[in-house]
Amino acid sequence: MKECMLEVSNLYKNYGNVAAVKDLSFSVSKGEVFGFLGPNGAGKTTTMKIITGFLPMSQGRVKVAGMDIMEQDLKSRKKIGYLPETTPLYTDMFVEEYLTFIAKLRGLRGENLKKRIKKMLEVCGLEEMRKRPVGYLSKGYRQRTGLAQAMIHEPELLILDEPMSGLDPNQIVEIRQLIKEIGKEKAVVYCSHILSEVAATCNRVLIINDGETAAVGSPDEVAAKTQERISYEVTLKTTDKNIEEKFKQIQQIQEVTILAQSDGEKTELKIETNSSQEIGEDIFDVAVKNNWKITMLTHKKVTLEDVFSKLTKKDVK
Amino acid sequence: MNETITIFLKELKSYFVSPIAYIFIIVYLILTNFLFFQTFFLNNQSEMRSYFELLPYIFLIFAPAITMRTWAEEKRNKTFELLLTLPLKDAQIVAGKFFAALVFLKITLLCSLTVPITIAIIGNPDVGVIIGGYFGAILLGAAYISIGMFISSLTENQIVALIGSVVIILLLLVMGHPLVISFIPSQLAGLSGILSYIGLTGHFESICRGVIDSRDVVYYCSLIAFFLFLNVQSLESRKWE
Repeated sequence: MKECMLEVSNLYKNYGNVAAVKDLSFSVSKGEVFGFLGPNGAGKTTTMKIITGFLPMSQGRVKVAGMDIMEQDLKSRKKIGYLPETTPLYTDMFVEEYLTFIAKLRGLRGENLKKRIKKMLEVCGLEEMRKRPVGYLSKGYRQRTGLAQAMIHEPELLILDEPMSGLDPNQIVEIRQLIKEIGKEKAVVYCSHILSEVAATCNRVLIINDGETAAVGSPDEVAAKTQERISYEVTLKTTDKNIEEKFKQIQQIQEVTILAQSDGEKTELKIETNSSQEIGEDIFDVAVKNNWKITMLTHKKVTLEDVFSKLTKKDVK
Repeated sequence: MNETITIFLKELKSYFVSPIAYIFIIVYLILTNFLFFQTFFLNNQSEMRSYFELLPYIFLIFAPAITMRTWAEEKRNKTFELLLTLPLKDAQIVAGKFFAALVFLKITLLCSLTVPITIAIIGNPDVGVIIGGYFGAILLGAAYISIGMFISSLTENQIVALIGSVVIILLLLVMGHPLVISFIPSQLAGLSGILSYIGLTGHFESICRGVIDSRDVVYYCSLIAFFLFLNVQSLESRKWE
C-alpha cells in the first residue's frame, strides 16, 4: 500500500444556501496523478481551495500527508504546491525574482534555494525568461512561471487547477510529460474540464458534477461503468434493400440504423447491441453470407468524453 | 520571522520599482516645504511647529496613497490566494506589509530633514522639540497606514481603497477637533470627552509642541494595533460562513 498523501472524507461546502460540494470523498496516494474532472461550476475549484486551506469546509475532513489541515494548517501547507486557476503573478517582478520570493516564503535558503530555482527554470523552460518582468510574458510563459512556483519546494502533493490553459499544443505535451514525471514520485491532483488531457495524464479520475461524485476509478474503469452496450459502425458496398432485416437475425443486435446511403452503392450503418458481448465476427459472417463487401467495420468504443457528457448532462425535466 | 522579512523586503522594493514612489516623495517635499516656508519668515521663529501641524492633513492623502495598493493589488493579481495558502500566518503577512509602508514613510520623512537643517543654519532651534515632532509624525503616519491597509483589504479596487481610507481618517481627524467638540451641548460632556480622546487631533497637538506624553503614545499604539488586528480579521473573514 502506497503512502496516502491526500485524504478527503465526507467533504461538504455551502455558500449560504447553495451547496457547492456535497459528501465528497477520495484519496490520492504517492505516485499517482489524480484527475479531478467536472464541468465549470461543478465544485472543482472550491474543493482545491479547501484542500489548500484558503477556504474552510462546512463539514468533513481533509488530511494532507496524514495531517489534518485544520489542526496543523501551517505544517500541512508546507507539503502542498498549488497552482490556482488564475496564475498568481506579481507583474512587476522578474521571473527569477518572483521564484526566489516564493521559494524563500517556502522556507528554502542558501545553496538549496539557488539549486531549486535553477532546476525549475530548466524544467519549465524559463531559462531565457529569467530576467524578464513577469508582466511582459506571454500566457504560456506565465503559466509555466506559475507551475515553477508550485513545484519549487518539491511538494509531496501538487495541486494544479487547470494547468494547461493558455498553453499551445507543444507546451501541453511538454508539461504533460513533466506532470507524469512528477507523478511517479509525488501525488498530483489535476483539475480540468478537458477530458483528453486527463485521460492522457492521469492514473485515476474522479468526475464531479453539481458538487457530487459522479464516477471514480481509472479512466478505463470509469468508461466501462457507463458502457452498457457495444455499438458498431459498418460501411457496406451493396445494393441490397433488406440489410436491416438480415442483420437482425443475429440475436444480440437490437437496432440497426442506416446512417447514409449513397446511390445504392455504399451504405453506412450503425448497429447497436443489447449486451456487452463482442459480435464483430457475426457481423462479418452475415456480410460474407450475403456477399456484401465490408469497407469499414468499427467497434465504437465509449470514450471518456461520452461518459463525461452522459454523467454531467443536467436532466431536463 | 524570516518570512516576515521576506515579505517586508519585497513590499519595500515594489514601492521603488515604479516611478510613483519618487513622484510621491517629490510632491510631498515640494508641498510641505512650500506651505511651511510661506509663513516661516513672517513668523521669524526658528521652530518647526507649524510644519508638524500640517502633517495630519498632508498625511490624510499621502498615507492612503501609499497603502491603497497593499491588498487591492494582491487581489487584482490573484496572488492573494497564493499568499494566503503559503505556510505563513496571516499576521506575518500583515506585519511585513505594514513595516514596508512605514519604512517608505520614514524614508520620505528622512528626505524632509532639509527643513530642520535649514532652520539650524539660519537660527537656533530646540533640537529636542524637532526630534519629538518627527517621532510624533512617525506615530501619526503609522496610525494612518494601519487604517489605510485595513480599508485596502476590504476591496479589489485601489481607488475605492484610497477614497475609503481618506474618509475614515478624516472622520477620526475631525471628530476630536475643538470646533466639533464645541458644538456638543454641555449636558453631553461625557461624549465630548470620548470624542476628543478617540479623535486624532488632540493627541498630535501636544507632540507638535514637543511634549511626548505617554498617553498619546499609548493612544497611537492602540490605534495601530486595533487596525492591524482588524486587517488580520478581514483576511480571516474569507473563512467565515
